[in-house]
Amino acid sequence: MNRNENDGGGAPEDGGRRGDGGVPEHGAGTSAAIEVTGLHKSFGDLEVLKGIDITVRGGEVVCVIGPSGSGKSTLLRCVNLLEEPTSGTVRVAGFEVTDPEVDIDRVRRRIGMVFQAFNLFPHLTTLGNLTLPQRRVLGRGRAEAEEVARGNLRRVGLTDKESSYPAQLSGGQQQRVAIARALSMGPELMLFDEPTSALDPELVGDVLAVMRRLAQEGMTMLVVTHEMSFAREVADRVVFMDAGAIVEEGPPEQVVGEPQQARTRAFLARVLDPAAADVLEQEPG
Amino acid sequence: MRRRNRTRLIRTVQYGVLVAAVLAFALAADWGELRRAFFDLGVARAQFPEVVVTALVNTVVYTMIGFGFGLALGLLLALMRLSRVPPYRWLAVGYIEFFRGIPALLVFIALGFGVPLAFQVSINQYVTVMLALGLVGAAYMAETIRAGIQAVPKGQTEAARSLGMSQSRAMVSIVIPQAFRIVLPPLANELILLTKDSSLVYLLGLSMDQYELTKFGRDALNQHHSLTPILIAGLFYLALTLPLGHLVRRLEARTARAR
Ligand SMILES: Nc1ncnc2c1ncn2[C@@H]1O[C@H](COP(=O)(O)OP(=O)(O)O)[C@@H](O)[C@H]1O
Ligand SMILES: [Mg+2]
Repeated sequence: MNRNENDGGGAPEDGGRRGDGGVPEHGAGTSAAIEVTGLHKSFGDLEVLKGIDITVRGGEVVCVIGPSGSGKSTLLRCVNLLEEPTSGTVRVAGFEVTDPEVDIDRVRRRIGMVFQAFNLFPHLTTLGNLTLPQRRVLGRGRAEAEEVARGNLRRVGLTDKESSYPAQLSGGQQQRVAIARALSMGPELMLFDEPTSALDPELVGDVLAVMRRLAQEGMTMLVVTHEMSFAREVADRVVFMDAGAIVEEGPPEQVVGEPQQARTRAFLARVLDPAAADVLEQEPG
Repeated sequence: MRRRNRTRLIRTVQYGVLVAAVLAFALAADWGELRRAFFDLGVARAQFPEVVVTALVNTVVYTMIGFGFGLALGLLLALMRLSRVPPYRWLAVGYIEFFRGIPALLVFIALGFGVPLAFQVSINQYVTVMLALGLVGAAYMAETIRAGIQAVPKGQTEAARSLGMSQSRAMVSIVIPQAFRIVLPPLANELILLTKDSSLVYLLGLSMDQYELTKFGRDALNQHHSLTPILIAGLFYLALTLPLGHLVRRLEARTARAR
């Protein structure tokens, strides 16, 4: 099996200090980790993405916000080709994933993806969830895979849960296992699709804390979220999407703090203070 | 109040009819005759140990080889049924419809007598049994397994693919293991049906040591002119199928709880 040159990024020991290594300092990256240009996606007659351009540089954290149904998940899923773009190009980690010649399985192992519904494998223990993909995809031996897995369980604070099955874990624990599973593949970047939306409010904090730490360690992250405080504090840039297009984009203090567009303001009002939203929506302009 | 009285009356009548029927049967039946026919101890003793060491064992062996072959073929058919290549789907659908629509007995006759006569070959009895039981069982199991595969949430495949697994790797490592847990109850049910269908072996020309429960009982019936061997055969079938049925219900309860 092919063991990739630098694929051992999941090695636990240097986990806390990735910024010291080859990965660029937070926000200082120059190379584009994700470069999406002119992305269109239709499901039948329904045009869900209407020409999206977005770039995420190495080490950057970009949060995507926007109302439900605006195409945020579809955008994320086009990045690792879970959805096939109708047109446009998507470059990830130096590969053009929209090029039919590219072996998508090789690109996907460099992209960690975390789903709203966790999607842990229910027939495997926590450790099994973390080791099976490493062994089957990266060809690692059992001992190495378990070492990497345990290191990543430590990163998400779940060392005591390695022999639990997903059904025995709380939602917040499941999502942290899912993050550890993605990290165990040593990804160059991580996609998060509303990772806390399925959680009880009191469990959201643990997951966000793990993501915060990842961001500090210099992980490149594209995060769809409704957690405005997370976006405000952690994101280098915030992108507001509505109806399949990017409406507004910029640093969080601008997009979340002083939105320029009426649609952004209306959305933020609805998210931040549901009671005030009705008033705002009735106001013209 | 009146309604409750009426319910009570109806129930009393129902019990009354039942008791009358049992009494009538008990009085009218010739118990000595019945006992001789069904519970002849001498005949019963004469069945042992062969009924266990030969007949029961063979029934289990025939069922297992048929089930094993049918399961493998059923899985293959289920995957073909879900294939993106249309001809595979058509083949699978054709096979399933064909073998579900014809009697198992016909398959036994075709394989046991038809093929050897038409092609002038002799097939090992065990192979004949494995093919005959498996070919029919596979058609049912294929549909069960396909439903199981489709019942595994799409997010499982997506998670596997997003970790870099190929389509087939995701199928083998993630989807199929979960599908089998879902279809365990219907598969155990199929095993019960196959246990009973293994009795069709009786129409093949078998040597004594190849007899299974039904053939064994039929032979002993001829010999002793007593129903006792048939009753014993029936009891041994129940000894196999009742625990399986119990297992099915427990598996179903487990599945229901897991949801
Ligand atoms: N596989 C699909 N087939 C058809 N329509 C889809 C599919 N996936 C998403 N959609 C539609 O695309 C739109 C955007 O969906 P999505 O990207 O999930 O939005 P968001 O994540 O912003 O809530 C919705 O109208 C949704 O119904
Ligand atoms: Mg979504």
